[in-house]
Amino acid sequence: MAHSHPPDMNLPSLNLSKLNIELGGRSIIRDLDLQVDPGEFLVLLGPSGCGKSTLLHSIAGLVEARSGAIEIGGRDMTWAEPSERGIGMVFQSYALYPTMTVEANMSFGLKIAGTPKQEVQRRVREAAALLQLDSLLGRKPAQLSGGQRQRVAIGRALVRQARVLLFDEPLSNLDAKLRAELRRELKLLHQTLGSTMIYVTHDQVEAMTLASRIVVMEKGSIQQVGTPAEVYARPANRFVAGFLGAPPMGFVDGELDGWGRFVADGLALLPAPGCCAPNQHTRRAVLGVRPEHVTIGQGPYAGEVSLVEPMGNHQVVWLRCGAQTLAALEHDGRVFAPGQRVAFGIDAARVSLFDPGSGVRL
Amino acid sequence: MPFARLRFLPRFFPRIPPRISPQMALLPMALVAIVGYLGAALWTLRISLTSSRTFPSGHFIGLAQYQRLFDNERWLLSLHNLAVYGLLFVAATLVLGCLLAVFIDQQVMGEGLLRTIFLYPYAMSFIATGVVWQWLLTPGDGIEAALRALGWNVHFDWIVSQDMAIHCVVIATVWQAAGLVMALVLAGLRGVDPEIWKAARLDGIPAWRVYLQIVLPMLWPSFATVLLLLATAVAKLFDAVVAMTQGGPGIASEVPAKFIMDHLFLRSNVGLASAGAVVLLLPVLALLAPYAYARSYAQRHREAA
Amino acid sequence: MNHFTGPRRIATPAPDLASDGAAGAPAISDLAPAVSGPVPAPARARCKRLTPARAGVYAFLIAAALFFLLPLYVMIAASFKPMDEIRQGGIFALPHAVTLEPWRQAWSGVCTGAACEGLRSGFWNSVAIAVPSTVLTILLGAVNGYALSFWRPRYANVLFGILMAGAFVPVQVMIYPLVRVLALAGIFGSLPAIVVVHMVFGMPVMTLLFRNYYCNVPQELFQAARIDGGGFWRIFLHVMLPMSLPIIVVAAIMQVTGVWNDYILGLTFAGREHLPMTAQLNNVVTTTTGTRAYNVDMAATILTALVPLTLYFVSGRWFVRGIAAGAVKG
Repeated sequence: MAHSHPPDMNLPSLNLSKLNIELGGRSIIRDLDLQVDPGEFLVLLGPSGCGKSTLLHSIAGLVEARSGAIEIGGRDMTWAEPSERGIGMVFQSYALYPTMTVEANMSFGLKIAGTPKQEVQRRVREAAALLQLDSLLGRKPAQLSGGQRQRVAIGRALVRQARVLLFDEPLSNLDAKLRAELRRELKLLHQTLGSTMIYVTHDQVEAMTLASRIVVMEKGSIQQVGTPAEVYARPANRFVAGFLGAPPMGFVDGELDGWGRFVADGLALLPAPGCCAPNQHTRRAVLGVRPEHVTIGQGPYAGEVSLVEPMGNHQVVWLRCGAQTLAALEHDGRVFAPGQRVAFGIDAARVSLFDPGSGVRL
Repeated sequence: MPFARLRFLPRFFPRIPPRISPQMALLPMALVAIVGYLGAALWTLRISLTSSRTFPSGHFIGLAQYQRLFDNERWLLSLHNLAVYGLLFVAATLVLGCLLAVFIDQQVMGEGLLRTIFLYPYAMSFIATGVVWQWLLTPGDGIEAALRALGWNVHFDWIVSQDMAIHCVVIATVWQAAGLVMALVLAGLRGVDPEIWKAARLDGIPAWRVYLQIVLPMLWPSFATVLLLLATAVAKLFDAVVAMTQGGPGIASEVPAKFIMDHLFLRSNVGLASAGAVVLLLPVLALLAPYAYARSYAQRHREAA
Repeated sequence: MNHFTGPRRIATPAPDLASDGAAGAPAISDLAPAVSGPVPAPARARCKRLTPARAGVYAFLIAAALFFLLPLYVMIAASFKPMDEIRQGGIFALPHAVTLEPWRQAWSGVCTGAACEGLRSGFWNSVAIAVPSTVLTILLGAVNGYALSFWRPRYANVLFGILMAGAFVPVQVMIYPLVRVLALAGIFGSLPAIVVVHMVFGMPVMTLLFRNYYCNVPQELFQAARIDGGGFWRIFLHVMLPMSLPIIVVAAIMQVTGVWNDYILGLTFAGREHLPMTAQLNNVVTTTTGTRAYNVDMAATILTALVPLTLYFVSGRWFVRGIAAGAVKG
């Protein structure tokens, strides 16, 4: 869809500096800095209460910041009204106006703003064509399916010719199957449109599949910003490591000896050179290893099977090694019984090491 | 098991099969519905077709009472008054109640106090309301006298004028009922999805337009119920008229309910009064039927969704 | 563009009046604001700007408040003034020579029809009518609501429909046959008569209140009680009724208010010895021998309105819940 004023590709779409947001006296977001490039699909990921929704609302202008600056498309929008920021937003409940048709829903804001009738019609037609809503223009929201409503909500945001599209957990009210379908539609839409999109979710699968970059948040501050691959393979701290990936990363408490080897009960492992900062010797550490990097059947370590969870195309096998528990993925269909002693190995090139106290990556 | 002790409680009632107990328990309700409401209404209908005076008689005269009714100047005036009153009352109460609700919805300070103030008249009886407002609106007393004492030369004699007496009843009853409409509309407003407000704010829609074109239309079920309540209250108008004007001056503010009561008990014309009651019933039924239908339609719609 | 900042939204469900219960909102809808769901309310980092629009809002609300308070003020002020002050000063002035004489007159001296004993007999009559009416009607309403929402016998919904329709129909349609029936039973014009009549006309609202309330009790609770061996009455008395305290309070407030404020039924059915306060008040005010003693009239009006007004001011939230759950008044 052609924008009548194309975004300036040199300026970041969104720039947050030292943003502080307070609600009801409590500090929700503290000193947050974030830059979003044009065309990115940025996902704000985190558990409930981490502040991701508040952050999105402040970008939209629905929540006032205590201090800091919000720049959209290079212009300072910190105190601008939501309708003046050049953004569009899709809400969790879609918030379509129930008594108006799809067409009226999409055109109402434009008409109020005084946009000429021809222009309104043109934009609505283009958005409807893009989102395959042409046959639904005369219907009311109650007559639409969940997926259709989402598209209307997106259409309403698109006709505003927004530089940035905001999504506030639009898929959480849906059942699993519909969620997966609409997720793919969203990704296709981003590929077609190329607009900057900022998306809030607590579902790490959505984050991984949709994002060009993920911002992992916890308790009002950013834990890590990176591509899905980066955030998955090299988590910046223990929180990020545990939040992404299902089944979650397994953690083993132990220490690094004088030669940089990680030692714990029954485990001695030399992490590959890329895995952690150099010159880490003689200190306590936590080893993080993902289940897909634990191979059962061959390897230097020994453990006892405590639980097996069949998942259809693979199994999750839980191993006890001394006082520690690790999960392993089994793709070959071998059968393991609880209590069985097995040998297992860990891919030393893919592990992570964390400080036991702060959780920060070593 | 949480209620295991139920089994070991002493038996206060003999062992009645579970199927029958609920039906027996609902016997009073059945009696009230069938005898008290349906039966009484049918009996009134029957009386209206007879020549009953002080007591019901068995002498059927067809629709003669209805003819006499519509030849009766007092009855026709009461119908006219009810129509005027009904339109003014419903319109004024709706508008005032909605305005109050919308304005209170703006996160004003002292919201609790304001709500208490607007709703307390509803706790008063119509008689009390009528007594107070009658004094307030009496020429030579009340508001007119007080304003005159302050120096303003006002004339306000509506309550003793033939044409405007019923308007005074409107004022008093709007004062009483606007708070109710406010309470119901406010409750509806607070049930609206907050994200609609955010979406409207994002679209740059000013608040008054959001109310007018988005939120208030969404509340049509609440409005349907409010309209039904107001309309049936109009049909039942009796106490306030008795207290304020006694139907006067003369018969200028007569209303059907009062006409019926007077003819039942004072003028001993039960047949005519019953005919009046049946006629009064018709518009209420005419309102109830579509309302009930609309609600059962909405119910089925909700269940299907 | 000068418009209000968005109002604070809260997530209470909308009340469904005369509702069919199960689908839609609970009968108890609290009008007090609660915090909204997943997204926090808009931040109020700075005071609400006093725009002209906002000033207009306050102006309207204050004007409306004055309109609503005026009669109350006039009533109270006048009831403490001697008559000459009223004749001179007009209704807006505060009393100079505060006197309790109008109150004494209203309570024990005015003529209410035949006797000149004041309104106190009416007060006790109203009490004698209100208490049994309330207790019995609530009991019946509770049993009805319980049977309708859990047991659902056949044809019960038809009966309930008739009952609800009857609540909207003017009382004049049914009043004369009721008079005849009660006269035939020999109790017309007595206390039992008026209590029965209030039970008949109070049953729809009470049944509605309880039915909606029980519809929001999880069905599983009822099923567990049945599995545990409870029968109709046992489950009602030992499980449901103890749980019903909130709605009983609401029902009591509504029924007492409705009965106390009733005029037409009391006038017709109670008979001269048991005339309720409202009917006596009307007699006091409309029988004028000479000039009207407005101060006594106002004192009498306040006395008559005292019980329901006190209930209202004390119970606040509960009163509002009653309205939201089934505001079918008299």
